[in-house]
Amino acid sequence: MPTSAPASEPRTAAKVAALIFATAAAGVAFTLYARGRWWLPPVASAHGVLIDRLFYSTLWITGGIFVLVHAFLGYLVWRHGARGDERAAHWHEHRRLELTYTLVPAVGLAVMVSMSGVVWSKIHRAAPPDAMVVEVRGEQFAWQFRYPGPDGRFGRTDPKLIDLRRNPWGLDRADPAAADDIVTRDLHLVVDRPVRVRVRARDVIHSFFVPEFRVKQDAVPGMTVETWFTPTKTGVYEIACAELCGVGHYVMRGRVVVEAQDAFAAWLSQQKPALQPAP
Amino acid sequence: MSTPHAATAVEHAEHELGFFRKYIFSLDHKIIGIQYLLTSMAMALIGGVLAMLIRLQLGYPGWRWPELQALMPGGFQNGVMKPDFYLALVTMHGTIMIFFVLTTALSGGFGNFLIPLQIGARDMAFPFMNALSYWLYPPAVVLLLAAFFVTGGAPGTGWTAYPPLSAIPQAAPGSGLGQTLWLLSLVVLILAFLLGGLNYITTVLQLRARGMSMLRLPLTIWAMFITALLMLLSFPVLTAAVIMLLFDRLAGTSFFVPEVVVGGQLLSHAGGNPLLWQHLFWFLGHPEVYVLILPPMGMVSDILAANSRKPIFGYPFMVGSMAAIGILSFLVWGHHMYTSGMHPLVGMAFMTTTLAIAVPSAVKTFNWLATLWRARIRFTPAMLFAIGFVSLFVTGGLTGVFLAQPPVDIQMHDTYFVVAHFHFVMASAAMFGVFAGLYHWFPKMFGRMLHERLGRLHFWLTFVGIYATFFPMHFLGFAGVTRRYYAYQLFERLRDVQPLNTAISIAAFGLGLAQLLFIANFVYSLFWGPRAERNPWRATTLEWQAPSPPPHGNWGAVEPEVHRWAYDYSLPGAPEDFVPQTVPAAAVASPAGGHGGHAERGTGR
Repeated sequence: MPTSAPASEPRTAAKVAALIFATAAAGVAFTLYARGRWWLPPVASAHGVLIDRLFYSTLWITGGIFVLVHAFLGYLVWRHGARGDERAAHWHEHRRLELTYTLVPAVGLAVMVSMSGVVWSKIHRAAPPDAMVVEVRGEQFAWQFRYPGPDGRFGRTDPKLIDLRRNPWGLDRADPAAADDIVTRDLHLVVDRPVRVRVRARDVIHSFFVPEFRVKQDAVPGMTVETWFTPTKTGVYEIACAELCGVGHYVMRGRVVVEAQDAFAAWLSQQKPALQPAP
Repeated sequence: MSTPHAATAVEHAEHELGFFRKYIFSLDHKIIGIQYLLTSMAMALIGGVLAMLIRLQLGYPGWRWPELQALMPGGFQNGVMKPDFYLALVTMHGTIMIFFVLTTALSGGFGNFLIPLQIGARDMAFPFMNALSYWLYPPAVVLLLAAFFVTGGAPGTGWTAYPPLSAIPQAAPGSGLGQTLWLLSLVVLILAFLLGGLNYITTVLQLRARGMSMLRLPLTIWAMFITALLMLLSFPVLTAAVIMLLFDRLAGTSFFVPEVVVGGQLLSHAGGNPLLWQHLFWFLGHPEVYVLILPPMGMVSDILAANSRKPIFGYPFMVGSMAAIGILSFLVWGHHMYTSGMHPLVGMAFMTTTLAIAVPSAVKTFNWLATLWRARIRFTPAMLFAIGFVSLFVTGGLTGVFLAQPPVDIQMHDTYFVVAHFHFVMASAAMFGVFAGLYHWFPKMFGRMLHERLGRLHFWLTFVGIYATFFPMHFLGFAGVTRRYYAYQLFERLRDVQPLNTAISIAAFGLGLAQLLFIANFVYSLFWGPRAERNPWRATTLEWQAPSPPPHGNWGAVEPEVHRWAYDYSLPGAPEDFVPQTVPAAAVASPAGGHGGHAERGTGR
């Protein structure tokens, strides 16, 4: 009969407890091992440092709870396996204990909400006035970038004017601000200079993701969403599309070059306006 | 309460029905529940095979599989899997597992089987509507799977089907007829869920046995009841959104599509907003996560209590926390959209509600642990899966704390961290709920016992397999590995990812193979398992008072009457270590009284 406890029950209890302890231990061990190989790429933006700090506090807190809860679960299983006909405690109510483990997590989570809220509002406060502005546009399956040119203003665009070869951005010739707009295949940024990125899309939703900058912003057709950040390390980074955009989603890779002001100015001066004078 | 109903039910039980009416177009809630379960298991096999194919591509990109090409000529070229086929696999795997396996097995299967039995009713309130609910499910399956065989193949837009990608046929190969079939199949399936949900709510409110007050209900029933409410309130929103999307695709409307240029062609759409779909979709999508996790929470609570030989700890808090989770689940959908371009202040509000939902989740976890405290645990396979559920729920819940915080989510959103998170907290945990439930109630369903040692082996392999498969995915997410990518070779920074992906695939294949053990056990025991008695687990709830399997009408001539709550285990002074809900208070000489020993509060300290 499966009803009364078989003699092997204490041995099973020990095995199951060992499995649960091993789960916690393996989780910790793998995390330590992964640090060297599969981890956050080194941060390369100013606000990224704040995000990383939040990430590490969350990792410590959740990691600690993961280990403690599994240790306790393993202990309970190991300690309270069935033994012959011995009865369990008829214990099912303890208001003070329950209120404690309702309120303690609630307070902890309230602290977390405020910590995150502070970082979130710092990320989304207004960009400094000296920030440069650039537009990023996603399309199946590439990224393009637009600089406002010497006048510092973006010209009007209209999807109706898009011509893949001669006017891929649909710039409006009637708008004088459009005449000097520059369209490029790589994104060039100045190190330590804040940049406002206006994210747009031509066809479906894409997402502008540069892991080193801790920046991800969906590119939604019909909308222009602005985000800003300050790159802090020179170098070349990869842009990935983070929102499924079709069969070539996995090849939608772009390039960001972060360089000193001089190099940037030299590069920009070589770029020609996107709209060639009408023939 | 159920007297007028009783007469007809007894009549039902008495005259013999033909095979067809008895097992196929049955109005019996138990048969309908089992039909839901078996169909879900078949769908789980399909969804599982799709998962194996996904892992094949990720673990061994660019490898040639001519044998597979012979089986699926449309999906491969020169033996190598095609990117559009990969996206179709991802889309269909998610859709099948979420809607066609977990929702149908948990609500349709266990909900149907257990609700009347555990509340002491003879059947659902509306048996015909119940049968209709099930019989909408196979047509939905046919519509969905047909997508694989039409021009362009199955949709490749993810289970979330974000427009404009899903709205514009020329935007993606599977965005043609395949996507339309996918949308239609969802409409049919949702109709099935709504009929089921209405039925569950009415049944729980109206057909409880005499003495079965709401606060004497087993937690399984509370979970099913709250789940039915969530389904009834959230699924119609998805239906509306799906129909709007169908209009965008077929009738030239622009609910979700602004002016866009696809492949150099300006489309005739104008003025729509793609974010509207995301709001509508996640307004269902997030309650849906709880539709998948609440029933396992209830079932696991009952299984933990029965096999701990202890009352569930903190019953009122358990009911309250499920209600809180149910209400909060409607207020958190925006946490899927932190990076969508939604206003940052709205993100802040959604962060607050999302982290708030961690409080009732923590309460439940601690109550499960307290249930094990000073228990006398029997390690049945059901119990092992219930303990495993607690572990998976904790692990998956904790990673949710990262994603709930918008600044951290910037980095993790749409990476493998998210894939790891939901495969723990919703997919694996819910699947463990299904397994725990199957091992526990199989004797009641089929009148035979499952093989216990095979069941334990199944648990060990599955538990280890799940951690080995999904735990490493967190670190892919840290490294910025985006999801729904056919391959990662193009990205220089992701060169180091391949060995880990291959290891994950090997673990996933092992996990997949281990499930064959369960199928073998299920089929073998169905025919050759030892006969089950009425109450093999010596449990207190009403279903164990009925024969195994219970006849049509469940209770024979006399309906059960309830005298106590569902958790009188190890009641001091009682002759046995459990007191069924039907035993009158006077029958047990106990200092604690009928409702189970509030007097000895604190004896565990």
